[in-house]
Amino acid sequence: MGKVVVVTSGKGGVGKTTSTAALGAAVAKTGKRVALVDFDVGLRNLDLIMGAERRVVFDIVNVIQGTAKLSQALIRDKRLDTLFLLPASQTRDKDALTEEGVADVIDKLRSVFDYVFCDSPAGIERGAQLAMRFADEAVIVTNPEVSSVRDSDRIIGLLDSRTMKAEQGESIAKHVLVTRYDAARAARGEMLSIDDVLEILSTPLLGIIPESQDVLRASNVGAPVTLSENTNPAARAYIDAARRLEGEDLPVVLPFERRGLLDRLLGRRAA
Amino acid sequence: MTCVAPIQNKSIRFRARSFVAFTLTPEAPLGEWLQSLDHWTENSPGFFAGRPVVLDLNMLKPEAGEIEDLVSQLAERGIRIYAIEADGNVGLDADLPPLLVGAKEATADALYVQPDPKAAAEAKTEEPEAPNSLMIKAPIRSGQSIFHPDGDVVIVGSVSSGSEIIAGGSIHVYGTLRGRAFAGATGNSAARIFCRKNEAELLAVDGWYRTAEEMDASSRGRPVQAFLEDGALCVAPLN
Repeated sequence: MGKVVVVTSGKGGVGKTTSTAALGAAVAKTGKRVALVDFDVGLRNLDLIMGAERRVVFDIVNVIQGTAKLSQALIRDKRLDTLFLLPASQTRDKDALTEEGVADVIDKLRSVFDYVFCDSPAGIERGAQLAMRFADEAVIVTNPEVSSVRDSDRIIGLLDSRTMKAEQGESIAKHVLVTRYDAARAARGEMLSIDDVLEILSTPLLGIIPESQDVLRASNVGAPVTLSENTNPAARAYIDAARRLEGEDLPVVLPFERRGLLDRLLGRRAA
Repeated sequence: MTCVAPIQNKSIRFRARSFVAFTLTPEAPLGEWLQSLDHWTENSPGFFAGRPVVLDLNMLKPEAGEIEDLVSQLAERGIRIYAIEADGNVGLDADLPPLLVGAKEATADALYVQPDPKAAAEAKTEEPEAPNSLMIKAPIRSGQSIFHPDGDVVIVGSVSSGSEIIAGGSIHVYGTLRGRAFAGATGNSAARIFCRKNEAELLAVDGWYRTAEEMDASSRGRPVQAFLEDGALCVAPLN
């Protein structure tokens, strides 16, 4: 039986979809079979980030309504044959998802894949609640900003009350992934510190992803950063986070600002 | 010999129950009172949402025509009046909420007073006495609301910004208090709030409150207790 992991945050724009793609690809690279499920019906993006937007025929709504089989809707990644995508529908809205339908799709995926990553839409409404409903574990994506942290706290409250596991009296394993961490701004005290974030959320840390132009560029060309540029710091941070998700005990290193002597003399700041 | 069949039809049961509700008591001049109400709801948006509120007109003593206007003004602020309390009054219009008589000031103790000792004894044998403090061993997340009118609330963990604890008795937080805490909410002025680290948005005892802005800066980030002294809320460090 595979593990179902929901990637969620409450707030929009913090990096849920990017993190779903990067973590999923990093786990798939280790040989595990991985499915990425886009729950953002009506505002789908995961297909773009994965570079599969021109290969979408059927989507999750078709599968739930029985107009397509799951195997027809799953798109195999061109770079990794253990990585699959189940896209969302762009022309429908979240009401097209039913709880029984989602339960059925997740059950089937769970029996075939080692990991099922559910990319949650922003917000706390129906779409987000269905994305987390059947999860075994949750990755809560947070920026070190007060608004993002408070929304994440709200989502953790929902994870502890509205998921299937919570209703059965079990607890769902939760991990905080801090993204868009800007070492320079953190050094100037313009961001919440990692300690503050973890103290407020009282949830263990999965990793710290530094703010990086490479992540944005990778998203725009449709390649998860862990596949296309796996030597850059953000990709390495994602790969480490994926290893921690699989249970490895790796220390988390705080990203630091890399500035050469010349940069310092000229007052330049490294990206 | 005839046999009388037992009556099959269930009769309708009317039961009297008492509930605890918030009471708003407008005072003249009404304009100023509404202004201070707005100020309060600005600090605590959504406080009245979905809560039953009784309108006590014994201070204001308005004319019959003015009541309707007042109820609609409160409705505009999202406050739903479900009953009106007014001594010696008054034919209320049929579209106004009904008149409520015989209200008692609620205190935490009053909730347990059984007027008939026999009934009290019966109640005791029927169910084991409920412990009147509530202990929660998990952090309280943003958006959560803990409502416990029967006694103390003990939180082993932190209380997040955007959450609220409402207790009939005292509130104890063994962690950081970042949300809002209302102790003695059923009229217990002896209730107190204790926390290991005070980052609260609002502290209130028996309706007297202090927002974060009105607290002394020296009490932030420290272990404190909040209590009533001479009708004012004091926030003092715990040593």
